[in-house]
Amino acid sequence: MSTVAYAGTPEKGWLTPIGRRRWQNFKANRRGYWSFWIFLVLFGLSLCAEFIANDKPIVASYKGELLFPVFVNYPEEKFGGFLAETDFRSDFIRDEIEANGWMVWPPIRYSYQTVNSNIPHSAPTPPFWLMSEEERCSAYPLGADDPGCMLGNMNWLGTDDQARDVTARMIYGFRISVLFGLALTIASAVIGVSAGAVQGYFGGWTDLLFQRFIEIWSSMPVLYILLIIAAILPPGFFILLGIMLLFSWVGFVGVVRAEFLRARNFEYVNAARALGVGNGTIMYRHLLPNAMVATLTFLPFILSGSITTLTSLDFLGFGMPPGSASLGEMIAQGKSNLQAPWLGLTAFFAMSIMLSLLIFVGEATRDAFDPRKTFR
Amino acid sequence: MTETLLSIRDLSVAFHQGGETSIAVDHISFDIRRGETVALVGESGSGKSVSANSILKLLPYPAASHPSGEVFFNGKDLMKASDQELRHVRGNDITMIFQEPMTSLNPLHTIEQQIDEILELHQGIKGPAARTRTLELLNQVGIREAEKRLGAYPHQLSGGQRQRVMIAMALANRPELLIADEPTTALDVTVQAQILELLKSLKDEHGMSMLFITHDLGIVRKIADRVCVMTKGKIVEAGPTAEIFANPQHAYTRHLLASEPKGEPPPCDASKPIVIEAKDVKVWFPIKAGFLRRVVDHVKAVDGIDLTLRAGQTLGVVGESGSGKTTLGLALTRLISSKGRIAFVGKDIDAYSFGEMRPLRNRMQVVFQDPYGSLSPRMSIADIIGEGLKIHEKALTDGERDARVAAALEEVGLDPSTRWRYPHEFSGGQRQRIAIARAMVLKPQFVMLDEPTSALDMSVQAQVVDLLRDLQRKHNLAYLFISHDLKVVRALANEVIVMRMGRVVEQGPAERIFEAPSEDYTKALMAAAFNLEAVNLSAIRQ
Repeated sequence: MSTVAYAGTPEKGWLTPIGRRRWQNFKANRRGYWSFWIFLVLFGLSLCAEFIANDKPIVASYKGELLFPVFVNYPEEKFGGFLAETDFRSDFIRDEIEANGWMVWPPIRYSYQTVNSNIPHSAPTPPFWLMSEEERCSAYPLGADDPGCMLGNMNWLGTDDQARDVTARMIYGFRISVLFGLALTIASAVIGVSAGAVQGYFGGWTDLLFQRFIEIWSSMPVLYILLIIAAILPPGFFILLGIMLLFSWVGFVGVVRAEFLRARNFEYVNAARALGVGNGTIMYRHLLPNAMVATLTFLPFILSGSITTLTSLDFLGFGMPPGSASLGEMIAQGKSNLQAPWLGLTAFFAMSIMLSLLIFVGEATRDAFDPRKTFR
Repeated sequence: MTETLLSIRDLSVAFHQGGETSIAVDHISFDIRRGETVALVGESGSGKSVSANSILKLLPYPAASHPSGEVFFNGKDLMKASDQELRHVRGNDITMIFQEPMTSLNPLHTIEQQIDEILELHQGIKGPAARTRTLELLNQVGIREAEKRLGAYPHQLSGGQRQRVMIAMALANRPELLIADEPTTALDVTVQAQILELLKSLKDEHGMSMLFITHDLGIVRKIADRVCVMTKGKIVEAGPTAEIFANPQHAYTRHLLASEPKGEPPPCDASKPIVIEAKDVKVWFPIKAGFLRRVVDHVKAVDGIDLTLRAGQTLGVVGESGSGKTTLGLALTRLISSKGRIAFVGKDIDAYSFGEMRPLRNRMQVVFQDPYGSLSPRMSIADIIGEGLKIHEKALTDGERDARVAAALEEVGLDPSTRWRYPHEFSGGQRQRIAIARAMVLKPQFVMLDEPTSALDMSVQAQVVDLLRDLQRKHNLAYLFISHDLKVVRALANEVIVMRMGRVVEQGPAERIFEAPSEDYTKALMAAAFNLEAVNLSAIRQ
């Protein structure tokens, strides 16, 4: 009996027929589908934030040598200065490099913590298009004729109260929000799904004890605990992630547990048991796909929830360390600088667009996984 | 008596989904005369239920539509009737009984409320008058102590009693036509026989006509005056029952008539090695009560059963639903815990843990009842069948495993090149073959078959029975065959255990039990299964 006699090929493509139908359903929700792509593009762009808004050139040529300041940290003595890190924005370095080569700058010549030393009056300054050319160049040594007074050095959305560029801070803030949200969502999904799976599959005492524990755990006032822990531990991305993870995984347990409780007596699960398949394999291969529908539907909403939580912590000042780009901190600045509406408006639009996109994607996902949903 | 009550002319039904149109019923015509019973016979998917539902326009419009056809009831075309006119006909002149007595009654209302509602809706009877009429109806359909049952909720009644209540509701307004859509399929054989007799006598009493939809030819022969045989949306043959059974014209009718499970079970042979031996097997589920959840009593699902099963032999376990036959099978395969000695090829396995059982699992396999539920919808056929090999024969390479899967598919009569498809692309019979292939690929010695044919169409049933017998002969398999369908058991089993409430009623060689049952209960069961006669009711009720 040869294998060749039964030549048959596995299904082409990486999607199962069910997966393909779900993708079709997802696409049929136009709003969600477009939101998904817009969000992906925005997120992709923000991942390249260093190439869009940075205080270092992307590539530079100096005395015949090709330099990549974005990736490599060059000491200033290379160009005749004395600082440990080159300030490419200073007039001296700029002139020196321009004289001996060239530089390719990102479209925005500010990073999230670069201070603009040439603001026309005290910070926060409005977006450049709200000022006349005279006014916006007034702080440069040569006024409107100064080579520094050009588009790349302009503050598209103004500066904040420490003269940092709002556009750059928004891009970096968006990135860290989404990354934080993604990391928190994935980590809580892993923990929550495993916990729910174990409870639902084994039931009985395991389930009972775990459920009581979760009830006690989730009745703790999360925000206060976050504030207390944040006051003791030094703030930082991973510390915050860890603290919030302590409480956010609980959200997944209910759905997954219910799904496992329902499906553990399905006939095909019994059939697998009769085949001698181990518990772990049954849970992973036969039951998890059932629970994944509920979990995936949940994900975008958890994602937007985590982003909101991070923003509110930042707003209260218990979030990311001082100086880091953050939308919550920008909202706080907007609140204390009511004369500078560009701060609050930028943060508001960044947040609301990001969250709306995620919610639309979430709705489309929910539609896609709904077996009874039909589109005409 | 020859006046035509219902006349269906050239009726078609089409379903539209996602831009595609499928024709479910294709230009059918038939008549029902006053006082006559017409049976619509066909396998699942032949369009018989859809035809019946379109008489009262109960289909999901606009997903369904009628490209052609007229339905004349008392000379009036129901297809053109307004919703209001239809509502007057529904539940009044024409009533329906559905297959599932579990779901066709509202679980939140008492029986009295549900019957009263119909009386009030169509006849305006209320209060004590309605109560009297309800009682009268319940007595008519043979519900004992009807007065006490008035306040009962559907879950407090048995399946047969629920179906009786459904019939009472259908009769409440003295309809001219009763449409019965597989009214006995979900019921036990003994209950089925009682319900059929009830329907027959009620029909004669009220002078109703009846449209009886079924896949069971035995029922047709028993109850119908005329038969319409349906397949693929068409009526291929129609005529008086006796004529069709005696002299079928169409090939499909002949195929249906020939599709009763046939063949001889393996002969008893006491010299074959014993595969499974069980002594005094008990499965008791505790009933807990009180504050401390103390065990106050037990539900004795299986209560002291002895059995011996030899290689190449089939032990049939028969009984009504709830008699503990599936529980017994699960206990023997150690899928639930039990008391009493169970020996598998000489080894006492009753104290084995789940982990200790695992190396033995490849030698004892299970095929479940529902081929739709027993295959994981998210795995391809190759993965489903290969799963057991991955566990028990880890040394196999991917290529070898694939060859084994393909060979197993070939053995059960499926094309091996379909093995990358998913279960939903197969019919019920094919799925059951896949489930059998999954068990057979491990080359077991003992297979527990839990009603493997009861979810299948008649002609498919016969094929699966033949397949099982061939496999048994080829591999010298020991079968524990659990079924409520005595015809199938007779075709497969050489020894039979008749179970009732967890206990053995009668046990012995199949021949003796089928030919000369000694217990009253067994006799009643046989009469109900083979002749659709309700006899020895006291033995059944007890």
